[in-house]
Amino acid sequence: MTVPASAYLLLSAALFTLGTVGVLVRRTALILFMSIELMLNAVNLAFVTLARVHANLDGQLAVFFVLVVAAVEVVVGLSILVHIFRSRDTVDVDEVDLLRG
Amino acid sequence: MEVLLFAVSAALSLAGGVGVVAARQPVHSALSLLLVLGSLAVLYLTLAAEFLAVLQVIVYAGAIVVLFLFVIMLLHARPPESRPSPVGGQWGLAVPLGAALWAGLSYAVLRLPAGGRELPPEFGTTEAVGRELFSRFLLPFEVASLLLLVGIVAAVVLGSSPAPPSVPPRSASGREEA
Repeated sequence: MTVPASAYLLLSAALFTLGTVGVLVRRTALILFMSIELMLNAVNLAFVTLARVHANLDGQLAVFFVLVVAAVEVVVGLSILVHIFRSRDTVDVDEVDLLRG
Repeated sequence: MEVLLFAVSAALSLAGGVGVVAARQPVHSALSLLLVLGSLAVLYLTLAAEFLAVLQVIVYAGAIVVLFLFVIMLLHARPPESRPSPVGGQWGLAVPLGAALWAGLSYAVLRLPAGGRELPPEFGTTEAVGRELFSRFLLPFEVASLLLLVGIVAAVVLGSSPAPPSVPPRSASGREEA
């Protein structure tokens, strides 16, 4: 490994932070979803890096399962989003406030 | 060579990450996400995870981003986030909090012992990962298939039910009156 593992892990931390900031500041539900995908990918990068460092495949298998869960999450989440859009004509999370007290 | 690959891919993925968060149009966010996923696939290759690199391109770039683009197409574009948010000052709070999070994560990451053991030649190939999946990880693998089935059923149910009764979004002025 000519590039130190810490470089990969710092990149992973930066991507995770970007995703977190995205969830905090954006209001379009679609972009919130994409920010969550960004965070999942940052964690995947950390898993793969540590699998390489420890020469242990378990990290790569964890990434496989994260991929499966992310795919299901996107399918269900986006169909809920389409439903919200059909009933309220918006995907702005601040306007979807039926449960607001 | 590896240093060059890492530098280019890391720069591209960071640029894409900024694009996801900062783009005004959801389409631009989706394409930035594609850039992140592509450069992460390259990084996976440099980390001896060739099966995952292929999977990343097929599942993430090929399926998930295309699904995002389809939904963006379905929800025809409106000027996004033109109204000021009812919760103000999000940027001013989120940036310092994000910086703190990054500092904390970096501190944790830099305390890890540096490694780099010798790898067996077949590390990360489809065969090696598949062997693990179908031996030690057989039960999680089957549960994952069940999860995918649940996702398919949910998509069919949500997609085929009639449109729910229309609830007009509360306008900003209506909120103040209430």
